[in-house]
Amino acid sequence: MLKIDKSNYDALRAHGEETYPHECCGVLLGRAEGDERIVTSIVRAGNTRTDSPQNRYHIDPRELIRIQRQGRERGEDIVGFYHSHPDHPARWSATDLAEAHWLGCSYVITGVDHGQAKITNSFALLGDDELQKQFVDEQIEVSAAQAGELAETQARS
Amino acid sequence: MKIHIPTPLRQYADKKDTIEVEAGTVAEALSGLTAKHPDLRRHLYTDEGKLRAFVNLYLNDEDIRYLQKENTKVQQTDTLSIVPSIAGGWSH
Repeated sequence: MLKIDKSNYDALRAHGEETYPHECCGVLLGRAEGDERIVTSIVRAGNTRTDSPQNRYHIDPRELIRIQRQGRERGEDIVGFYHSHPDHPARWSATDLAEAHWLGCSYVITGVDHGQAKITNSFALLGDDELQKQFVDEQIEVSAAQAGELAETQARS
Repeated sequence: MKIHIPTPLRQYADKKDTIEVEAGTVAEALSGLTAKHPDLRRHLYTDEGKLRAFVNLYLNDEDIRYLQKENTKVQQTDTLSIVPSIAGGWSH
């Protein structure tokens, strides 16, 4: 299961609308608790596939190192990635699976139809190694607000 | 020197995100790493002993492919980051 608050959920979907008709991509930071991945922040990344951005994405490893370093300073870990499929379903493709190597992480895909974010799905990349890896559908639990925001709201009321 | 272990490989490194090794080159650092944690070997290397194509190695902020690859010299204050590729797309 992937747990994410509405603010971050809306933000990753909005990213796909902004980059349409190109694929967007980004990193999910947070922590893993057993089979659950809890997202506490998302970070947009650049798509280096400028040769084919409408149907491919790639994140520069240097950018990922920077994101990882910043996350580490906040006590956050990489728990997954997100990207969009312009005018295509929010389902993983053969390319998505072939290029997925972060076993144990969540891969979130948003279908963006004519510039509008439609369905967002999440898939856990499971398996012991490259030969056995597979995407497994996982539920996305979207919470109303982050704990900090909720506490602030409650304090004000 | 420190080696940063990515999330998917930590289960093969006693759940550690950073491993310290003594080394003079990247090759020695990886050798030291896999000596301490042998289960990492098959995830980093093919059966032929070559580094898997999707495994990116960065010495500090430099891709070792653009340095001297695994022969790149390292200092004890250096950091080696193992970064599996992140890519995909709807295109088949």
